Amino acid sequence: MEDNTILRTRDLAVGYRNGKQQVTLLKGLNLSLECGKLVALLGQNGAGKSTLLRAITCDEKPIGGSIEVKGKNLMDMPQKERSRILGLVSTERIQAGALTVEELVGLGRQPHTGFLGRLDDEDHEIVRQAMADSGIINKAGEYIASLSDGERQKAMIARALAQQTPIIILDEPTAFLDVASRIETMRLLQTLAHERGKAVLLSSHDISQSLMLADELWLITTDRQVITGTTAKLVSDGAMDRLFTNKTIRFNNQILDYSF
Amino acid sequence: MTYRRYAVTLIALTLSLVLLALACLIFGSVDIPMSQITDIVMGKGSDNKAWEIIILQSRIPMIATAALAGAALSISGLLLQTTFNNPLAGPSILGVSSGAGLGVAIVILAMGGSLGGLFGGNVGSYMAVLLGALMGAGVVLVVLIAFSAIVRSNTMLLIIGILVSYLTSSVVQLLNSVATEEGVHNYVSWGFGNFSGVSVAQMPVYAGIIILALIGAALMVKPLNALLLGTRYARNLGVNVARTRNILLLITGVLTAVVTAFCGPIGFIGLVVPHIARMSLGTSNHSRLVPATILAGADIALLCALVSVCNPHGIIPINAITPIIGVPIILYIILNRRRIQYFN
Repeated sequence: MEDNTILRTRDLAVGYRNGKQQVTLLKGLNLSLECGKLVALLGQNGAGKSTLLRAITCDEKPIGGSIEVKGKNLMDMPQKERSRILGLVSTERIQAGALTVEELVGLGRQPHTGFLGRLDDEDHEIVRQAMADSGIINKAGEYIASLSDGERQKAMIARALAQQTPIIILDEPTAFLDVASRIETMRLLQTLAHERGKAVLLSSHDISQSLMLADELWLITTDRQVITGTTAKLVSDGAMDRLFTNKTIRFNNQILDYSF
Repeated sequence: MTYRRYAVTLIALTLSLVLLALACLIFGSVDIPMSQITDIVMGKGSDNKAWEIIILQSRIPMIATAALAGAALSISGLLLQTTFNNPLAGPSILGVSSGAGLGVAIVILAMGGSLGGLFGGNVGSYMAVLLGALMGAGVVLVVLIAFSAIVRSNTMLLIIGILVSYLTSSVVQLLNSVATEEGVHNYVSWGFGNFSGVSVAQMPVYAGIIILALIGAALMVKPLNALLLGTRYARNLGVNVARTRNILLLITGVLTAVVTAFCGPIGFIGLVVPHIARMSLGTSNHSRLVPATILAGADIALLCALVSVCNPHGIIPINAITPIIGVPIILYIILNRRRIQYFN
């Protein structure tokens, strides 16, 4: 079988520093991301989803281990090179209300443009394509401030697409969205993985939608293990019951959701 | 469409700049006939040597001083607003100006308690004052960086800036209590704000530093735009956030310090002008915002200069004028923040 693995963690340990104390949340992680796959990272609040993603995006130094992309250590890479490998969509508040969608998506070209960040014809074409792929091109000339939450998220995804990275990491991309926009966003991400060959990793609270659309899951269990595998396998193995401490909440394989 | 708005705005701002500069040339405490002004400016001289001196050594330097000060403070405000992700940041409200002022006060006291060194003195003394201002502004900026890492709230950072201002002004008053009467008088009048403090001889240093720093700011357009998305996105776009922030704050510190050393701590321009630029252009895109902010800042400062010299009973302090222009604009912005795109 062809190996599509693009990112691999080796004995990765992540956590946070509390004053002088170091708290390890997850350790011994040997995870891999493949091109063309949508992976959902699920876990309880505080389990370490964001911490793990922040380590993978090199926003936080991991406590141990390494992250490799095509055999190269991601953390040792120059920032510029990294910005061409890994695109990010986070829930960080942005100050870009007075940018148009096209300008915002254009910022995604920064790793590829020159000193002053001017876009040439090719850049503009890539930006238009990214907006078209994300279904936001009809709003190209509108202010970010005038968009709904769902449209804003599409614009941010288009921005990551314009960055032309093989990997896209999304930290809670559906957190503030209504149900319709959640499904739309997840479908869009699935399309990007399956048709554009991106390796897409997202963290989510939305378990039933992740199960329906993700190819693979990374489950952070209550005993701080990360179980990985295809969605179907993990569901049939009963791994979903290891996600929450509360024993009265059980996963129901028929409805692909929790019942109590 | 939006490009047209950009072009129209820039042309309007440039025209205003020319008109305001001409007005500052023509109007003043002394009435000089138009024909004489043209002759003097064209280099033909005038029979009235006093007029010649007024135009060449007072009005023209004042126009240049004001325009550059306005541009410098406004760019400082813009850089601070983007760096701290805080639309109400500015060199005076965050205490950078008062930090520079404290530096000036310390240097003046160390040099013997007189500000004569700044306004008439030799090169060495005004360079020392400049250095004092730079150090003062730098210290405040370092304090702000340190606090911004601890307090995440924008409002808290503003309050810290205001506290820093109180602290520096109390130190200045303590210094004044041991200074000579002349020193105190000079310091107080410096505090009023004044665009007539740069002599022809000092102009190259003043203008040179400001123009270099403004060019520096214009070269930071790309990372500034990335910072609109916050530090995490900026990093993901390949921006070295810590280094970028240090460069931006260095530029801010230099601009604020130079203006403060020569013109006094001038309020409101740095806070208000970036908003005028954003609202008239309808964008937060720095590649358009930087030129518009420079021009609008020069315009506003020249307007203040014009008002200040047009009083028949004497010159009005600049700091008595800037709040009258600035406060209504800030109130408008605060009241309309839901309707202004760049807040949302």
